[in-house]
Amino acid sequence: MADKAITCKELTKQFGDFKAVDKITFDVNQGEIFGFLGANGAGKTTVMRILCGLSYPTSGEATVAGFDVYKQQEQIKRNIGYMSQKFSLYDNLTILENIEFYGGVYGVSRPEIKTRSQELVSTLGLEKEAKKLVGELPLGWKQKLAFSVAIFHRPKIVFLDEPTGGVDPLTRRQFWDMIYQAAADGITVFVTTHYMDEAEYCNRITVMVDGRVEAMDTPAKLKERFNTHSMDDVFYQLARGAKRSGD
Amino acid sequence: MPSVSLQHISKNYGDVKAVENVSFDVEKGELFGLIGPDGAGKTSIFRILTTLLLADEGSATVEGCDVVKDYRAIRNQVGYMPGRFSLYQDLTVEENLNFFATIFGTTIQENYDLIKDIYEQIKPFSNRRAGKLSGGMKQKLALCCALIHKPTVLFLDEPTTGVDVVSRKEFWEMLAKLKKQNISILVSTPYMDEAKLCDRIALMQGGKIMSVDKPEAIVQSYPKPLFAVKAAGIYQLLQDLRTDEAVESCYAFGEYLHLTLKNDSTDEKQVLSLAAKYHHEGLEVKKTMATIEDSFIRLMREQQLESDIKKVKEAPNGR
Repeated sequence: MADKAITCKELTKQFGDFKAVDKITFDVNQGEIFGFLGANGAGKTTVMRILCGLSYPTSGEATVAGFDVYKQQEQIKRNIGYMSQKFSLYDNLTILENIEFYGGVYGVSRPEIKTRSQELVSTLGLEKEAKKLVGELPLGWKQKLAFSVAIFHRPKIVFLDEPTGGVDPLTRRQFWDMIYQAAADGITVFVTTHYMDEAEYCNRITVMVDGRVEAMDTPAKLKERFNTHSMDDVFYQLARGAKRSGD
Repeated sequence: MPSVSLQHISKNYGDVKAVENVSFDVEKGELFGLIGPDGAGKTSIFRILTTLLLADEGSATVEGCDVVKDYRAIRNQVGYMPGRFSLYQDLTVEENLNFFATIFGTTIQENYDLIKDIYEQIKPFSNRRAGKLSGGMKQKLALCCALIHKPTVLFLDEPTTGVDVVSRKEFWEMLAKLKKQNISILVSTPYMDEAKLCDRIALMQGGKIMSVDKPEAIVQSYPKPLFAVKAAGIYQLLQDLRTDEAVESCYAFGEYLHLTLKNDSTDEKQVLSLAAKYHHEGLEVKKTMATIEDSFIRLMREQQLESDIKKVKEAPNGR
């Protein structure tokens, strides 16, 4: 299983008698862009929390970057990056301070932080803003910066939780350019989104419904299977029957 | 008389121009959409129209009432669902609804017809605290509370943000029903695909309105022939095409790339021969219709170009 970035076998999480995640099984390949879709309340966040080493499963097996989700949570955390729309950077630190902070947390050495942060700032074209507070940046820039910071320590896997919510359509596309670039550099990308066009940009996607993985394939094959031309429709057909709704 | 009317409204927060010279009307019984990303100025407009925020410049009326002078009259007859869930988390579903009905001097029974379809869906949970509801149910309760005093105008600020495709679809079906009751609705959304469900829309970016029209008129006025292109290695194809000299613009749109040429040729053969030189497998080219998102991107680029030109013109000589 060494070539797999993530493996899950019959992974289950139960809160009382509520099965938030119900025996899900899937693998994510190294360097793959893996889309993780589902209706509100389907159990996506619970799975993400387990895979990020923040929560223990009730039963089943899972590994992330080769580490076990029961016994090796700390190693998992060191080998992944995480970014969400809701929490990413500190508004009242400057761009450079944010990079330094996250680099430090993930144990990147000081000289290394210095060279890499200069590189990063110039790739993003933010030289003039480097000493400005992140709170002053437009949302689009913030999200692009947050992604760069999430992969600053060169993790094996990066988890992106609705990274493009509320972002304008141009920035959304630039953001996906960055995702493709990261994948080309060998980083595995695990991403959730409510934009169905973005599901098309993934190598493979899963759709979770009521705690179970109801479908997993390439976007093209899923459309073929559901006899439609749009991912929107695939999702609608799968999630329409969902009994649960929630966050 | 339009239900909502804005004339040259501007609002600044310090140096940030949140709303810049915005004018539009919402007609009686119209479903009008403000379409744009975060930071476009949508929420500021809602707050100005619901009399919660004073504009720096310009004037606005709601049902003929001035947003500054007649703010009390406006507050009595509009329904407002803010972007952030703003009901009382520790009151139950029924208590919240009762509270809002009482505030407006009415009862749940009096206007039950209006909310019946929506309220029936959350009624089994009427004793549950609002804070314990799921996202979709919170949204339905908030809509009920905004409707309980039978408003003539409804303001909905991003009601579908962060909500999945199925719930979004249901929500828009509810709006279509409310429209039939002759309620005027102003709704905002960052999802471009929802634009086509509105009677008319305003595309907003950076505090400015880029275009106001019927959604079908906006896509029809797309000035260039548009092509959809795909190949096996779609990301490589995107990189090849967007640096090609003959290509004006090229963006990913789901399964396909959308491409315009610098010339106005409508012949897909021209695109085919141009793309062929990059030797992609499974190359496919067809003509396609613009979507609202195509139009939005195009207008955004024009806006950026204009502001760049302005900057250059305003720059002191010798720079």
